[in-house]
Amino acid sequence: MVDELLFFMEVLVGGLLAGTMYSLVALGFVLIFKASATFNFSQGAMVFFSVLAFCGFMQDFNIPFVLAFILAAFLMVVVGLCTERFVLRPLMNASEDTVLMATIGLGYVLEGLAQAAWGVEVRRLDLGIGDFPVPWIADNLKLFISALDITAGVVAAIMIIGLFLLFKYTKIGLGLRAVADDAGAASSIGIPLKHIMLLVWSAAGVVALVAGCMWGARAGVQFALVDLALKALPVLIIGGFSSIPGAIIGGLIIGAVEKVLEVYIGPFFGGAIEGWAPYVLAIFFLLYRPEGLFGEKIIRRV
Amino acid sequence: MKPVFMTYTKKDLINLAVCMVLSVLVIPTFITTEYWYTSILIPWLCLALATIGQQIVMGYTGQLALGAAGFMAAGAFAMFNLILRVPDLGFVGSLIVSGLIAAAFGILFGLPSLKVRGIYLMVATLASQFFIIWMIDKFGWFKNYDSSGIITAQDIVILGKPFTTPLAMYFVCLAVTTVLTLLAMNMARGSTGRNWMAVRDMDIAAESMGVSLLRTKVQAFAISAFYCGVAGALFAFCYLKSLEPVAFDIKLSFKILFMCILGGLGTINGAFIGAAFILLFPVLLNAIGNNVFHGAIDATIISSIEQVIFGGLMIIFMIYEPLGMAKLWENIKQKWKTKIPSSTNLKSSLSKKT
Repeated sequence: MVDELLFFMEVLVGGLLAGTMYSLVALGFVLIFKASATFNFSQGAMVFFSVLAFCGFMQDFNIPFVLAFILAAFLMVVVGLCTERFVLRPLMNASEDTVLMATIGLGYVLEGLAQAAWGVEVRRLDLGIGDFPVPWIADNLKLFISALDITAGVVAAIMIIGLFLLFKYTKIGLGLRAVADDAGAASSIGIPLKHIMLLVWSAAGVVALVAGCMWGARAGVQFALVDLALKALPVLIIGGFSSIPGAIIGGLIIGAVEKVLEVYIGPFFGGAIEGWAPYVLAIFFLLYRPEGLFGEKIIRRV
Repeated sequence: MKPVFMTYTKKDLINLAVCMVLSVLVIPTFITTEYWYTSILIPWLCLALATIGQQIVMGYTGQLALGAAGFMAAGAFAMFNLILRVPDLGFVGSLIVSGLIAAAFGILFGLPSLKVRGIYLMVATLASQFFIIWMIDKFGWFKNYDSSGIITAQDIVILGKPFTTPLAMYFVCLAVTTVLTLLAMNMARGSTGRNWMAVRDMDIAAESMGVSLLRTKVQAFAISAFYCGVAGALFAFCYLKSLEPVAFDIKLSFKILFMCILGGLGTINGAFIGAAFILLFPVLLNAIGNNVFHGAIDATIISSIEQVIFGGLMIIFMIYEPLGMAKLWENIKQKWKTKIPSSTNLKSSLSKKT
């Protein structure tokens, strides 16, 4: 009985921590949605693009770790700049769906560019953190939890607290919220829309880089990251598109539910239900609470 | 019920006749290489049909869906099982029933559209994509307990005659596509299509005018999935000649989405233009790579460039012409007409003024 409970705990904790990885990707979506009410479908591609560039700088040019990270982050700022100038500004007055489709196109561009520049083979990314159980926790609590999962959890926590403080207590954050609420009104009272967009897209780019590092260290830097990033969508639906805490809670729920279902119910169906379980969970959430746990109520008028 | 050709104008009938002459007489006489049939014309017709399905739900009803390949897989495997287990049904019967099975999935996964829209709906339809592929993969029954993972599709036999040569398969695809395209045009122009478009343009307004959202949306999803299912069955039986769930992954869904959007949302001819473009462009790019650079550029780089160009075009079209290539074509025709007015046009426009 105790063993079973311990096993359940292990599955649950493992799932929760893996969920923080989804949260990290979802965080990038939320940042952009919060500030511009556009849904950035290319976030997954940004994850792939940024971490592949990071690996490329390190492995092809032998640039040291920290410098490569800074370069990759800078590259994401450039991507944000270009996106603002060439995609978002011309689409300022377009409908939500149009912008969404444009970001799907942007995702394709980023994926293609990354592969053209750095090749298509799977790259290994060594962060110096092993993806194996931490001995101390295994000895004392009898739980086998990967060091990488814990790192991802800590990193996610730091980023969330940082972003939360930024949005809540700084002038920039106030500006961001104003733009999200009504871009036209915000710009008419003198909030520089251009800078806000640039800032947000750059921040989302850096968040994507961090998320990419975590995923890359676990699964290798490869194209499959883009599909993994799609799982951030159900996370967002559960948490709500405009809520930073929602991204975290959503990620935790998806991570935990997916692992628990896979371990306890999966065997009856031949396994691999992880692939669709999050989406079906998201559908149920959509039916009962379309705005997500923490999202703002959607009001539509004729 | 109204006769099918009631809503067609003289111009439509001329267009139809030209298309038919081109596809039935001109193409088979002038194109004799098998490559054109097996690698371009057949997949073009199949994918165009699937794109019409995507058009119905996305272009006409305005519901952002991203699961066309899932429904195609449902149609393809339903076809395989029907021919295997209910041989009395025949090819055409099986094709219709497999379309209906796909439509049932469409209804099931279209239900969330009653509550949500936009990106939310996209996520819900992604569920169908992953679920259908998983289901086919995990339950051996669908694959007739074949362990190799790739099943060879049965030969096409219609009324006792085998259709196995590329040309024969091309005619099968052509016949199915023509019938379904005419039907789609008819639906789009009739009250069904008016309801779809009313829901697309403003669902709340449509509802208050007496258009049933439930009926319209579920209908659109069902018909869309029917088209995708039939297209998937043709795709597997005429083009791939094998059945494997991997062929219907999310990448194909995205491809169909691109065909739909680049071709022109809310147009039937856009589906054909978009499918042709997405299919032919990589062929062109490869030809340039091989002939101009003599293979100096790696094939992976070419496919990456292709992706960049597709993505870039998507952005450009969203900015300058959200209605896609079909609208572009319209515009070119319009410009041409105003530039060189034919004498009869000129006369009639003059006589109108006076």
